[in-house]
Amino acid sequence: MPAPVVDVGVPQRAARTRSRVPLRSAAVWQRLVSPLVIVVVWQVAGTAGLLPEQLLASPVKVLTTAAGLVEEGVLPEAIAVSLQRAAIGFTLGAVAGVGLALVAGLSRIGENAVDPPLQMLRALPLFGLIPLFILWFGIGETPKVALVALGVAFPLYLNTFSGIRGVDGRLAEVARVLRLSRTETVTHIVLPGALAQTLVGLRQSLGVAWLALIVAEQINADAGLGHMINDAREFLRTDVIVVGLIVYAILGLLTDALVRLLERRALSWRQSFLSR
Amino acid sequence: MATELPVTLTPSRTTIPLRAAAPVAVVRGLTRSFGERRVLDGVDLEIGRGEFVALLGPSGSGKSTLLRVLAGLDPGAEGEVEVGGTAAVAFQEPRLVPWKRVLANVALGLRAPDPRAAALAALEEVGLGALRDAWPLTLSGGEAQRASLARALVREPGLLLLDEPFSALDALTRITIHRLVLDLWARHRPGILLVTHDVDEAMLLADRVLVLDGGAIAHESRIELPRPRHRDHPEIIALRSTLLDRLGVTPEGTA
Repeated sequence: MPAPVVDVGVPQRAARTRSRVPLRSAAVWQRLVSPLVIVVVWQVAGTAGLLPEQLLASPVKVLTTAAGLVEEGVLPEAIAVSLQRAAIGFTLGAVAGVGLALVAGLSRIGENAVDPPLQMLRALPLFGLIPLFILWFGIGETPKVALVALGVAFPLYLNTFSGIRGVDGRLAEVARVLRLSRTETVTHIVLPGALAQTLVGLRQSLGVAWLALIVAEQINADAGLGHMINDAREFLRTDVIVVGLIVYAILGLLTDALVRLLERRALSWRQSFLSR
Repeated sequence: MATELPVTLTPSRTTIPLRAAAPVAVVRGLTRSFGERRVLDGVDLEIGRGEFVALLGPSGSGKSTLLRVLAGLDPGAEGEVEVGGTAAVAFQEPRLVPWKRVLANVALGLRAPDPRAAALAALEEVGLGALRDAWPLTLSGGEAQRASLARALVREPGLLLLDEPFSALDALTRITIHRLVLDLWARHRPGILLVTHDVDEAMLLADRVLVLDGGAIAHESRIELPRPRHRDHPEIIALRSTLLDRLGVTPEGTA
């Protein structure tokens, strides 16, 4: 059956995949050259004494330190503590952000009640709240988790809310014509329709979560990656600092990959269209 | 010219004796304004049980507005509207829910003992059984419109509202889907209101062709020809020029 509308996208897609194949083989190797050169120069500068270890430890030193930290159990424990903070803060923030977005998105009264205060709070600089948080929650786990939660809540709230409001009005009419109940309309039309935008919010909020955690852990932490880095600074251990930074980066990349996996699963209806 | 043909041209606003006793839709004195503009101004319309009615009109004449009122999508209209039984709609764009596979789209909101079985039967009927697990975005225009028809018909509507559902299809697909619609209509016998701007489509399909103009039904033709009808049948040719004239299109060569 001829498909004038849909088929237009297919040749374009095919062209894009074709151009991607050579990128996989040759260009990827080309793109590896400059990072490798940087690492080699960094190592040579360290070995030759041009780059003192108090400023920046060499790659080999960083690697051996990392291995040592893993062996001593310092690094796994620090990661566990930081991950726990991130997880608790993220969960609290996500529940609050998505929950408030549902309240505001699904009813006008809810929107009028929830949206104005949230827009007010959104204007406050997240990290400017740290002094207040310390006064309110002390210097234990609470201010750190609270900072992560707050940072997570806003991107998720904003994106989920706009996702709900952005659901195609023509599909809302379909729901009415098909005589869907309010609950059915929300579960079959509104929430799945908002999901793509919510996932964008999820990726943003995970980025904020790690950032908030790193900042929060710089202040008065007695465990976790931030504590490990702060401790290392006292002893000019740049190798440990670099290990901590790399671990932060890897954790950020891993959670981002997780969301992208989730996206592929949840939005497969769109994927199948693109990859046809 | 029209007098020797079995096509009856009736002046507007008269009550048409219906084939069946109870009509599936009755509209009396319907008005609808958007701001200053009065799009519908005293529309009277009856659709009999199992009757196929086509509604023509120049663009902006309020055809789709009338259909939306009958579908219950327009709360702003004034007048008397009664729809017996359920009404189902197939829209111009098929409006399938993109995150539900074809079968789930047809079964959506279906109150039947076994919605999936009923939906599958409806899909088989429109020839889409094999595509039950496809995502809507992968369907061609014709396939999507078939799925949309299945979703409407599976509800066994007393009144089926078709809002220019064939206008975006290519000519070949349109011919196939016209046949399908006649087929489905013959089997399920819903009353149909087809809104279209295609004069030929209206004449080939409908029992009765209405022209909406100036906010009211300005013209009505009953077509008794058996189906399938042919574009070059003398009655169709005669009616075509009458309808085009009514729609304000001057026939070729006389301009």
